[in-house]
Amino acid sequence: MKVLVFAEQRAGEFRKAAIEAICAARRLDGDGEVVAVVIGKGIADKAGQLAAYGADKILSIEHDLLDLYSTDGYTTSLQKAVESENPDAVLLAATAMGRDLAPRLGARLDVPVLADVTELSWVDGNLQAVRPVYAGKLMMTVKSNKTPGIATTRPKAFLASEPDQGKTASVTSFDVSLSEDDLKAKVKQIQSEAEGMIELTEADFIVSGGRGMKAAENFTVLEDLAKVLNAAIGASRAAVDSGWRTHSEQVGQTGKVVAPTLYIACGISGAIQHLAGMTSSKVIIAINKDPDAPIFKIADYGIVGDAMEVVPALTEAIKAAK
Amino acid sequence: MNILVCVKHVPDTETAVKIGADGKSIQTQDVNFILNPYDEFALEEALKIKEAKGGEVTLITAGPEEAKKSLRTGLAMGADKAMHILCDESHDSLALAFCLAEGIKDESFDLILCGKQAMDEDNAQVPIMLADKLGLPNISAVIKLEIGDGTATAHREFEGGTEVVETSLPAVISAHKGLNEPRYASLKGIMMAKKKEIKDVSCTCAESGLEILDMAYPPSRAGGRIVGEGTDAVPELVKLLREEAKVI
Ligand SMILES: Cc1cc2nc3c(=O)[nH]c(=O)nc-3n(C[C@H](O)[C@H](O)[C@H](O)COP(=O)(O)OP(=O)(O)OC[C@H]3O[C@@H](n4cnc5c(N)ncnc54)[C@H](O)[C@@H]3O)c2cc1C
Ligand SMILES: Nc1ncnc2c1ncn2[C@@H]1O[C@H](COP(=O)(O)O)[C@@H](O)[C@H]1O
Repeated sequence: MKVLVFAEQRAGEFRKAAIEAICAARRLDGDGEVVAVVIGKGIADKAGQLAAYGADKILSIEHDLLDLYSTDGYTTSLQKAVESENPDAVLLAATAMGRDLAPRLGARLDVPVLADVTELSWVDGNLQAVRPVYAGKLMMTVKSNKTPGIATTRPKAFLASEPDQGKTASVTSFDVSLSEDDLKAKVKQIQSEAEGMIELTEADFIVSGGRGMKAAENFTVLEDLAKVLNAAIGASRAAVDSGWRTHSEQVGQTGKVVAPTLYIACGISGAIQHLAGMTSSKVIIAINKDPDAPIFKIADYGIVGDAMEVVPALTEAIKAAK
Repeated sequence: MNILVCVKHVPDTETAVKIGADGKSIQTQDVNFILNPYDEFALEEALKIKEAKGGEVTLITAGPEEAKKSLRTGLAMGADKAMHILCDESHDSLALAFCLAEGIKDESFDLILCGKQAMDEDNAQVPIMLADKLGLPNISAVIKLEIGDGTATAHREFEGGTEVVETSLPAVISAHKGLNEPRYASLKGIMMAKKKEIKDVSCTCAESGLEILDMAYPPSRAGGRIVGEGTDAVPELVKLLREEAKVI
């Protein structure tokens, strides 16, 4: 079998989730061929590093008009690569980019897309996946009856293997012709987050606050803990709707789905829509003053108490333990 | 501006979903269905654009007869009229996009607004696939939208920042939380909705390319351990994190 993987990069950096997708393809495909496709500008010399994760062959598609992501430019490029390679499956990471690109690719090729999957396998040559549905309340096993099977892989659901620097692969440049007119929707500007911010969906540690934090300025105690742990800050919808945190930090059904090693929920009750975004965390700590808060039912460790007192003490204790 | 808003009738997130007897679907009898919350953002945006620029807001859904309830909800919020494509398919986004594209082939819209994702199977695909079927550009999961003269500028978040994307119209744009605060239907709106038109549109659904094999409950978490109360419990917690969970 042959699996083609779209290796997402921004500004020359491969996304962690893209590396995970390549590793997922490698494991799915056993002895088969894994082809990584890199799209952008000035990225060819970085593309070779994907071999270490299991890519047997790397196609690099470069163009001035592909410097920034566009649905039209990237779909056309990826479609050309798929048509030339004829893979049995195409994998993309289920990131903002992958979730935009995959459906468009599927529509062009007239094949369905298995979105945001957490497991992959072959059944009689068809791609089969498990995907969380109904905000994670159920797991659906679904099969694509068309070729190629296209899937987007949920970040952190597939483990990235250790890179094997001994492996190499050829990087072939693949030409596509594009003109300004082909890009109907264009990125005009990118507003980057502050330098050094840890992306929630990629974070290994998350310190998250809810309505129980009571005010925007009280999040400084969470930020202090986050600093010690090298964690990202998350928030419940109540904290976002109160204007204390930005929407990009919201965890849950209408926010982000995260799966860190450690999730610390402070002043969060544990509403079903919040749980939808964080129950895949490896270890969950809840700090809440109400012993009956539902968050305690799913938390591995709970402390009943005032977050404004417990969190600073925890920060000091972790600092001392390090 | 002539605006189409695509809406779906989905289970309320508050209700527990149970697996049906066939093991592949959900039991629908005890489930409360609502207008998909993301579609409320789409509709709110459409109503705001109409208020600013004039025009008409049309709703469309492809779904079973009961889906008319969500069309009524949208009409009560302020949409002018609605179209209903009666169809059973609800899983395959590509088949749904095909069906919606067929359903509006005799109409023309300056803007098509959708929700980012339907809170049933969380596909987040129909708007993008619909755009492709219609040969239109799309901007997905937007948190801010400005309509210009035959153009739209939208902000969409990615991991690490926000992209400002510009497109010509018509286009398909899908709404994320943060775009606006949806209004509640007024009593007058609810009364008026009863008189508004819901047009039935027939269309043969495309065959699904997906096959659902199984539904299962996720493994439940064995949580529930209270380490203690207040700051006194902190040393024990740190010890457990080091020695038992081994995460720090
Ligand atoms: C369609 C839909 C989508 C939604 N999507 C999301 C989503 O994506 N994410 C999300 O989070 N929510 C979402 N919600 C909202 C969700 O239902 C809850 O309203 C929300 O999660 C509550 O946030 P909270 O836990 O911060 O606040 P609350 O439920 O008010 O809980 C506050 C908690 O803080 C505790 N507390 C108070 N003071 C202290 C203190 N000093 N120290 C410690 N603890 C304290 C209280 O005991 C309480 O448990 C959604 C709702 C709907 C209807
Ligand atoms: N059956 C449908 N009828 C009308 N619109 C739909 C339908 N399914 C999905 N949509 C639209 O597409 C968005 C994303 O849905 P989905 O791709 O199913 O997650 C929804 O928020 C709706 O705006």
